[in-house]
Amino acid sequence: MAKKLNIKDKYRLLTRDLDWEFSYQDRSKAFPYEAFEGIKITDWSKWEDPFRLTMDAYWKYQAEKEKKLYAIFDAFQQNNGHLNVSDPRYVNALKLFLTGVSPLEYQAYQGFAHVGRQFGGVGARVACQMQSLDELRHVQTQIHAISHYNKYFDGLQEYSHMHDRVWYLSVPKSFFNDARAAGPFEYMIAIGFSFEYVLTNLLFVPFMSGAAHNGDMATVTFGFSAQSDEARHMTLGLEVIKFLLEQHEDNVPIVQKWIDKWFWRGTRLLTIVAMMMDYMLPNKVMSWQEAWEVYFEEAGGALFKDLARYGITMPKYADIIEKEKEHISHQAWWTFYTHGHAAGFHTWIPTDEELDWLSEKYPNTFDKYYRPRWELAKKLEAKGERFYTSGLPMLCQTCQIPMLFTEMDNPGEISYRDHVHDGERYHFCSDGCHDIFVDEPEKYVQSWLPVHQIFQGNCGGPDVENILSDYYRMNLGADNLDMKGSPDEKRWKQWKGVA
Amino acid sequence: MPVQAITDNYTGQVMDAKANFGGNLIIYFGWDEHLMFCAPKAFPLPPQMTFGDVIDQIMPQAFGQHPEFKDIDWDKAQWTLNREAVSPARDQSLEALGVDHKSCFRLRTPGLTGYKGTGV
Repeated sequence: MAKKLNIKDKYRLLTRDLDWEFSYQDRSKAFPYEAFEGIKITDWSKWEDPFRLTMDAYWKYQAEKEKKLYAIFDAFQQNNGHLNVSDPRYVNALKLFLTGVSPLEYQAYQGFAHVGRQFGGVGARVACQMQSLDELRHVQTQIHAISHYNKYFDGLQEYSHMHDRVWYLSVPKSFFNDARAAGPFEYMIAIGFSFEYVLTNLLFVPFMSGAAHNGDMATVTFGFSAQSDEARHMTLGLEVIKFLLEQHEDNVPIVQKWIDKWFWRGTRLLTIVAMMMDYMLPNKVMSWQEAWEVYFEEAGGALFKDLARYGITMPKYADIIEKEKEHISHQAWWTFYTHGHAAGFHTWIPTDEELDWLSEKYPNTFDKYYRPRWELAKKLEAKGERFYTSGLPMLCQTCQIPMLFTEMDNPGEISYRDHVHDGERYHFCSDGCHDIFVDEPEKYVQSWLPVHQIFQGNCGGPDVENILSDYYRMNLGADNLDMKGSPDEKRWKQWKGVA
Repeated sequence: MPVQAITDNYTGQVMDAKANFGGNLIIYFGWDEHLMFCAPKAFPLPPQMTFGDVIDQIMPQAFGQHPEFKDIDWDKAQWTLNREAVSPARDQSLEALGVDHKSCFRLRTPGLTGYKGTGV
């Protein structure tokens, strides 16, 4: 009878010993992506496996978790769980999540599957393979968690199609395309380290605690279920950076450059989370500024202190971001409010109580720079002229966000940067985005900027309405426009029996 | 290095080359101290368009929704083109003004500083 293996032996055989020696083939041809980024790996056996899981244990463990998760989804649906949310405005945060974030889980699945093939070290390959499967499970479970809302609310039905086409969704989409088009090591610093380790708490925690504060038990349960996976992803992110820095000192400046780039790219992307926290959650968790201080300045500050012994310094532009934390949520929600005709979710003027909460949370900036915008919006709405801005905005070539950010030494003035490459002028929202372009212009000249694509006639038309309904597949009058008077609002009132 | 690529001498396709816009130039307009408009706006315009037509036809489309728009004295308006101060005449064409593809105009209107003077 075969001897039963102990856990340690089983782990060794099912991970490290899966690899083989290349006796008659050139090893570098088997791993063609490993060298071109300039990263030097001297000894893959120094890789510490962060997961310590074998594949059979992974399946068993995840199957148990998902059985419980789907039992709760079932109960949620049977009991009309959507009626327990704090306010129908909340569901718009889910629309943004499903169209903007869930498809990134799918891109992460593809990205980790790719690097999980390309690394020469078997430990790293197995870890990336498992994270890849996690990401695929996450996109599936998110779709299933939110699908119940799709039966009762507008704006959720074409999330995947919209992710590929809608103007503001080119921001998250191009972020991940940028990471996946990089080499495997940059991808790991971009997604594994900068995003999963440094910034993930600013994405995941706000959405999941936002769900908890607003009575959305389906999303909360998904959050709990994903938490143990997220903890493993963070461990992988940290292992990657320590491994690269310990392998060779020549790796240090390359890694620093990637940290600078991806920290900036990540914070620009998190602008939508900032806006979600400050404006879209009817029951607030904390302000974006508070979240930034807890999850980046305190936790991230300690991390970078720890990395200082390798010669790694705080990400470039951290000083700008420290100032921007008092501004970006307001600038972003104003952008969506004024483009509410072209958004796949509803927008609204904050209530008087919410405006006062914002003044209290942002004493240095809200009353001076942002309250006047809402006073003007209210005045126009009262006249029956709800403000939807005309025309199409100028976009940043790198992050693809409209040029809505302002100068931090003069927050009333839009921040303009430009650069001429090969006779062609390019525009940027910030020094961060400018510098990323200048470092690799041949990559970012290819940005698929939605506004320019519309002008080239590649998105249907000719009118904005045709583009929204035919090319983006928005149900005009249902998915877009103000919360006030929307079908979502009408149905909610009927369910609740209020006039 | 223009890009970190696995292929030697990799070059990217310029997605927004002038040739892709059917003879128009993409031109951006921003109105300083009027953040009712969250960002500058983009327009595809023919290079032969005169600056007078820009003021009469394009400016209302871009900024006509602002309560101060009707108060603008265009003779006193201050312009920059790609960060350089310019004083365009109404009969000058965009081309003659030195406007090229993806040029950016910024407008300042002395005395008009946004809704109730707040820069909005």
